[in-house]
Amino acid sequence: MCGTCGCGDDEHITYRKPGQGHSGHHHNHEHTHHHGIMEHSHVHIHEHAHDGHHHHAEDDNAHAHAFHADGYDHHHNHEHDHGHGHSHGEEGHTHTIQLERNILSKNDLIAERNRGFFDALDVLALNLVSSPGSGKTSILEQTIREIGASLQAVVIEGDQQTMNDAERIKSAGAPVIQVNTGNGCHLDALMVSKAAKALELKQHSTLFIENVGNLVCPSLFDLGEAKRVVIISVTEGDDKPAKYPTMFASAQLCLINKIDLLPYVDFDVEKAKKCALKVNPGLEFISLSAKTGEGMNDWYGWVKQLKKS
Amino acid sequence: MHELSLAMNIVEIVTEEADKIGRCAVKRIDLEIGSHSGVVMEALTFAMDEAIKGTPLAEAKINYHWVEAVAACQECCQEFKPTEFDHICPHCNSMQTYLIHGKELKVKSVELKEL
Repeated sequence: MCGTCGCGDDEHITYRKPGQGHSGHHHNHEHTHHHGIMEHSHVHIHEHAHDGHHHHAEDDNAHAHAFHADGYDHHHNHEHDHGHGHSHGEEGHTHTIQLERNILSKNDLIAERNRGFFDALDVLALNLVSSPGSGKTSILEQTIREIGASLQAVVIEGDQQTMNDAERIKSAGAPVIQVNTGNGCHLDALMVSKAAKALELKQHSTLFIENVGNLVCPSLFDLGEAKRVVIISVTEGDDKPAKYPTMFASAQLCLINKIDLLPYVDFDVEKAKKCALKVNPGLEFISLSAKTGEGMNDWYGWVKQLKKS
Repeated sequence: MHELSLAMNIVEIVTEEADKIGRCAVKRIDLEIGSHSGVVMEALTFAMDEAIKGTPLAEAKINYHWVEAVAACQECCQEFKPTEFDHICPHCNSMQTYLIHGKELKVKSVELKEL
């Protein structure tokens, strides 16, 4: 089982460009460790095959250990990748280790690496999140057609299945890679790292990451983006920010899409904004319609402003 | 769904520590989960029960420490308990508030017994 996204089988995660067959990818989770765990209970019974130290290059976080040895606790800080300084000879010796380690520390570390990679290339990376059907892909298509060339837009498409969105983006005129997560409900930093490499990102480009349509799970996973953009459409409830506060709390911009439909629906734009501001007073809003083009210039202006800074 | 990812991450973090000791069993794990972390506790405990099977954590006692959110107001400097969907200061109605606690998603400590 995949330890990063929890999907049934990480072999199901594919990275494909339009026109490319299934062969163009390797499965990309660093699962050597996890599978090692599964074998580990057996390994304990026989010889300990591991060196007992670090399996991952990312393990260099300093942390504090407190050992209950000789009747007293002594604390010291040390790096993950050097050995423990106590004897292993004593049968039944108990170690209490104060880890204080973030559960998502691996993802966060890879996300920071992505951020550094993007920064070095002067690439602006935006993470687009929303429920399914809010119009993420339509907004991207329109953006690419109108200002894609000047932004040097490139796209990572995240969906559980199909190449549909990648085909749409390709038709609009931007390089794209489709990440199919299988059963996974969100993109994670490692997927973005692999996808960004496969895209062969060029300097000064703008990377739009269209996350899996889901207002819950993607909120926890930093991808290394500069800004997170949450999209809602007026065909949804205007209380959506209250229902899914974690996502709205973690975004910097909220696009309210499909405003051409406002005369036909009960969506109250001001109420939606107010709901979102309650959890994120710094959130910016742009109302637009990818279909009619209304408000799209405000969105383009927001992106261009970020490009300059 | 993402609770299963979190559970797998917990197993990985703890197993790494166990590997450093060598032959050992994980006796206890203390987790800290904030009320504003985006985690459903029932989903996490269910996922953990599955994720630890066949690992050195299989027999571990897992303590889940739920951390209620505490926010502070930048205007009036008072602390308050925010709901998940409303972080407005109840004292002065300011929106300029921030969370002090509630975002925790942490492996706090582990107890390992050498075999």
